[in-house]
Amino acid sequence: MSKGLLIASLLAGATVALVVVGTVWPGPSAVAYAGGGPLLGSSSTPEEAVAKLGDEIRTQAWDKAYASFANKAEFTEPDFVHDLTGYYPSLLTYTTLDKFEVRPLHASANDAELELKLYWATVVGSSVSIRDLHVVRDGDRWEPEWPIVKEPAVPPQVIAVDYLRWDVIYRGAGDDWGAQDVEAPHVRIVDMHPVGRADGVVILGELLNEDVVPAYVSVSATLMSKSQSPIATEGSFDKISHLLLPKQVTPFLIKFPGVSLSDVGSIRMTPLSALIAASADPVIEIGNEQLHPDPGASLTGQLINQSGQIVNVAHVLATFYDKSGQVIWVADQYVNQALLPQIPVPFEIHIPEDLARNVGTQRTVVATYSAGGLQ
Amino acid sequence: MKSIFVWVLSGLALTAMQPATAQGAKMSLPKTVEAGNAFSVQTTGGGNATLYLIGPEQVLKRDVQLGHATVFSAGSVYNAGRYLVVLIGDSSTESGTFDVIPARKPADLSFLARPSRLPVGLHDGITGAVYVFDAYENLITAPGQVSFELSSPSDTVQKRIVETHDGAAWTAMDSTAQQGVDKFQARIDDVSSTRVVEQVPGDPCGLKMSASQSGHGIELVTDPVRDCKGNAVPDGTIVTFTEAFGGGQSMVDVPLKRGIAKVQMSGHEGATISVASGVVLGNQIRWGK
Repeated sequence: MSKGLLIASLLAGATVALVVVGTVWPGPSAVAYAGGGPLLGSSSTPEEAVAKLGDEIRTQAWDKAYASFANKAEFTEPDFVHDLTGYYPSLLTYTTLDKFEVRPLHASANDAELELKLYWATVVGSSVSIRDLHVVRDGDRWEPEWPIVKEPAVPPQVIAVDYLRWDVIYRGAGDDWGAQDVEAPHVRIVDMHPVGRADGVVILGELLNEDVVPAYVSVSATLMSKSQSPIATEGSFDKISHLLLPKQVTPFLIKFPGVSLSDVGSIRMTPLSALIAASADPVIEIGNEQLHPDPGASLTGQLINQSGQIVNVAHVLATFYDKSGQVIWVADQYVNQALLPQIPVPFEIHIPEDLARNVGTQRTVVATYSAGGLQ
Repeated sequence: MKSIFVWVLSGLALTAMQPATAQGAKMSLPKTVEAGNAFSVQTTGGGNATLYLIGPEQVLKRDVQLGHATVFSAGSVYNAGRYLVVLIGDSSTESGTFDVIPARKPADLSFLARPSRLPVGLHDGITGAVYVFDAYENLITAPGQVSFELSSPSDTVQKRIVETHDGAAWTAMDSTAQQGVDKFQARIDDVSSTRVVEQVPGDPCGLKMSASQSGHGIELVTDPVRDCKGNAVPDGTIVTFTEAFGGGQSMVDVPLKRGIAKVQMSGHEGATISVASGVVLGNQIRWGK
């Protein structure tokens, strides 16, 4: 038998043996991932009890998680599930828990306070939610109390809406080549400012729809070297509100990682616009916005849906200006719960610490998406 | 593919022609023929021959009797350009060329009007370009007078007469002060083509709002929003209301509906409320104290 064949046979044999061992005597984590039990089975300390709960949320073992609560008489299992994943379709509806962190806040002999930080993996990136849990001792076990947040109920009502929408009919395939097509919306970059950051160049700006029809917009930029050769081309991706109603302004942010501003000779901006069927509703008020200084500089506020239509996903984009009105940063946040009519939903947008002290004013816009209908 | 075939056929005809040119068969060709007109090719000699007529995207073949005229009826040759004629007889081959020129009478206009939508009151904002074709879609390169006419909803008419150069003519017109749908017509002889140009209101002008108490908050309502020429700004145009109060701020983008924008806001005591649309600022209101 050749040496190669011997090694191959040994490898194959070892693989089969390991598969058999893993199947017959699976590890606790494998059992947990297969839905056969919790990763952490013990609740002998407050931390273990909350970690066990986090693990059950991650594996979506809702019944086991619900059964572990000390206060389960206060709500039902569906209430608990909806509290985590939303009562209406939203970003959290189709998400999974990526990881969680448990941090003790306070402890005594019979109860404790812990912070459970949940990192959800959503389609638009990570979304973090924090719950402070009260954990109580029951004999030799600890049981968490779930801080249920019930969805505020919207009173039954009829909301009259002056419905306004635009539809587009393009030229037909059989039309004469000189025949007109519908004109693309006229958009204009009203502000543009390149910024050198530690991780590369960032282009900030604002785009205005100066037309009387809605526009689907996007912006791309090409950095040119001092010898006028292109360095890189990037687009705004989701750092822009893609739907602009007439006379509406959106900020945009384009990142060029790994590029130094000193290498850039000029920038070629390309705003793109296309006609889009759209609705003028819903109207979202951005209320009680507050700029919070260092440390942890942020813009907080709340979104209030002034229409009768439920908004499933809201994307908040904030433009920050210095005292002279120059754009110095653009930041965004997806709100991971649905916006119900008249129910305020908070948001928090973080501001880079080195820029926070220069912020004089800000402007916020909201892009919305409603399932089963036009925006 | 068609043109390759034509050139291959031309090559074959010329190759075949070389040994036979000395045999004496003659033909007389017109110098030019107007596209679509009838014409004839007169031949001399006797016997039978084959006449090939090879032109742009067109090849014709006729069996002819030498000594007689071969008539091409009206409409049989219609593509403008240079045509090669080859006469191949039993003992001789003759060739020649003639030009087919576009028909004099225009039959079709390709009219490009841009843009299809523009704000009111723009100087030279509307451009129109015309290409003149005959009935066989040949570009008529001979000069002609094209009349451009832009009629607005207010019955004002702008008119320009432009002579074509190499088959094309163009002009620029102003958009008028009144919004609406303009008819933009180009005409040459009795052929015309019409396009529609939509004149839309410009930016809001003199944007003004008023505030009144409404429950626990305030209701903000704009006056009917118009541009600087008095046209009503269309519904759907976004008006931004901003309420600034003691270190905080609320704002809302509201679309115009029925000519006005209306919204309810919290109305903090001492708040400064401002209104804007696009890059146009409106008035400010100090609420409360």
